[in-house]
Amino acid sequence: MEYFLQQLINGVTLGAIYGLIAIGYTMVYGIIGMINFAHGEIFMIGAFISFIAFLLLGALGITFVPLALLLVLLLAMVFTSVYGWTVERLAYRPLRGSFRLAPLISAIGMSIFLQNYVQVLQGARVKPLQPVVTGGFQMFKGDGFAVSFSYLQIVIILVTVVLMASFSLLIGRTALGRAQRACEQDRVMTALLGIDVDRTISTTFVMGAALAAVAGLMFMLYYGVIDFYIGFLAGIKAFTAAVLGGIGSLPGAMLGGLLIGLIETFWSAYFSIEYKDVAAYSILVLVLIFRPTGLLGKPEIEKV
Amino acid sequence: MTLLSISGVHTFYGRIEALRGVDLEIRPGEIVTLIGANGAGKSTLLMTVCGHPRAAKGSIRFDGGDITRLPTHAIIRRGIAHAPEGRRIFPRMTVLENLQMGATTGAPQQFDDDLARVFVIFPILQQRKDQRGGTLSGGEQQMLAIGRALMARPRLLLLDEPSLGLAPLVVKQIFSVIREINERQSMTVFLVEQNAYHALKLAHRGYVMVNGRITLHGTGAELLANSDVRAAYLEGGQ
Ligand SMILES: Nc1ncnc2c1ncn2[C@@H]1O[C@H](COP(=O)(O)OP(=O)(O)OP(=O)(O)O)[C@@H](O)[C@H]1O
Ligand SMILES: [Mg+2]
Repeated sequence: MEYFLQQLINGVTLGAIYGLIAIGYTMVYGIIGMINFAHGEIFMIGAFISFIAFLLLGALGITFVPLALLLVLLLAMVFTSVYGWTVERLAYRPLRGSFRLAPLISAIGMSIFLQNYVQVLQGARVKPLQPVVTGGFQMFKGDGFAVSFSYLQIVIILVTVVLMASFSLLIGRTALGRAQRACEQDRVMTALLGIDVDRTISTTFVMGAALAAVAGLMFMLYYGVIDFYIGFLAGIKAFTAAVLGGIGSLPGAMLGGLLIGLIETFWSAYFSIEYKDVAAYSILVLVLIFRPTGLLGKPEIEKV
Repeated sequence: MTLLSISGVHTFYGRIEALRGVDLEIRPGEIVTLIGANGAGKSTLLMTVCGHPRAAKGSIRFDGGDITRLPTHAIIRRGIAHAPEGRRIFPRMTVLENLQMGATTGAPQQFDDDLARVFVIFPILQQRKDQRGGTLSGGEQQMLAIGRALMARPRLLLLDEPSLGLAPLVVKQIFSVIREINERQSMTVFLVEQNAYHALKLAHRGYVMVNGRITLHGTGAELLANSDVRAAYLEGGQ
């Protein structure tokens, strides 16, 4: 029981990180119908920017942890957003209205480019970071096994919940969110109502990148090491999460992320750690066979 | 003094030339109608005014400024609203959200007034305001599309077959709404209609389009009396 509870906590933490990345996939897919394969790399860049920001703040003598975390969070979101914006502007926008596969190929190219770019700038070695957030609770010690809930896990889960809640409000209630949903449904009509569609699409990339940056920061804090390759696996899993939840659906991405995190954790805990990646994909295959639209992506009954 | 002037406009879809040199003028405060057979290019002309598709040749001026090369959203922001062919309401948004989308270019402090006005014109929309657009009946969607265009308080309102799919009584009502907003708010209206009789009765002036060209124009009464127009668009069409 204690072991199970511990895995649950670990799984939810991992799921939070995947969920944050998955939102970027699902939003971009929703608005331009394209899988942004470079999104995993945006997450990786978010982790590197966080890493650099920590070193800088350390050098400046800002060591009060909550303040440092907040500053790193903001810096990472801002700078990673610039990358997200630039990728869209350079690699996707010029291809809009071109044949369907063009932006997809461009995205794969962008993904490879960004990996190499970081490898050249930062080196191929893994970067270790001193633990920043330490300590935690111990709960019901029994059978020689204690369930621990670290402060870091609490921070990760809390920040994710707050971000996802504010994000859902933003999409559901504001004029910007309405414009984004309008673009998803009918881009021509959206322009006919006076909305700059290109700018709305850019904003979507920026928002996805900002969330990926938060995920990158958390990943770095949680695992303590990063390298230029982390975007690949995390990206594929987050993408899987988005498809699992129903691509295009925001709650779907959150749910999918959570599920992938849980599946991966429980699989490693009870079966074999080697096949943890296979487990997630097997579930995906099953879902796609029996529910091709994903868990929450139900096709609407519409008259158009 | 003209509000909209279209001169020598050609528009292509790939190699198909849908507009073959169109000249047309609309003065402030007018209701102008454009009639023509299916495939004549009427919808294309309205969309070309909005820059989608873009005119390949010729020029379009609105309120003295050249809008031929502006992006669509910038054209709309000059004060044009378009209720296009096929309604194009947002199916996964509520009626209220659809109307809010229409108010994008309007002043926020006018929103409540404009919303109330649309609800007076189409009370059914108020009853359905939290329902998703895609679940409205065809006629209700048509009303929503017109209401959404009105929310922008445009200086020029483009309407593409607003009577399509509506019951005769509702058609009557829509036409009287058009007259009313034209008279009360001096909103200029450019109306494309299959229902040539009603449209010509309502409009100050009309144009007839055949195969991407304007072949006739005159006052509504003149066109109603014209024997070619009667033969082609009115016989049995009342
Ligand atoms: N998106 C498009 N791609 C290719 N051809 C098009 C497209 N839209 C319209 N056309 C062609 O352009 C011509 C004019 O079409 P348009 O829709 O403007 O006609 P219309 O006068 O509005 O007809 P209707 O009364 O049937 O609505 C037609 O021959 C049509 O086939
Ligand atoms: Mg038409």
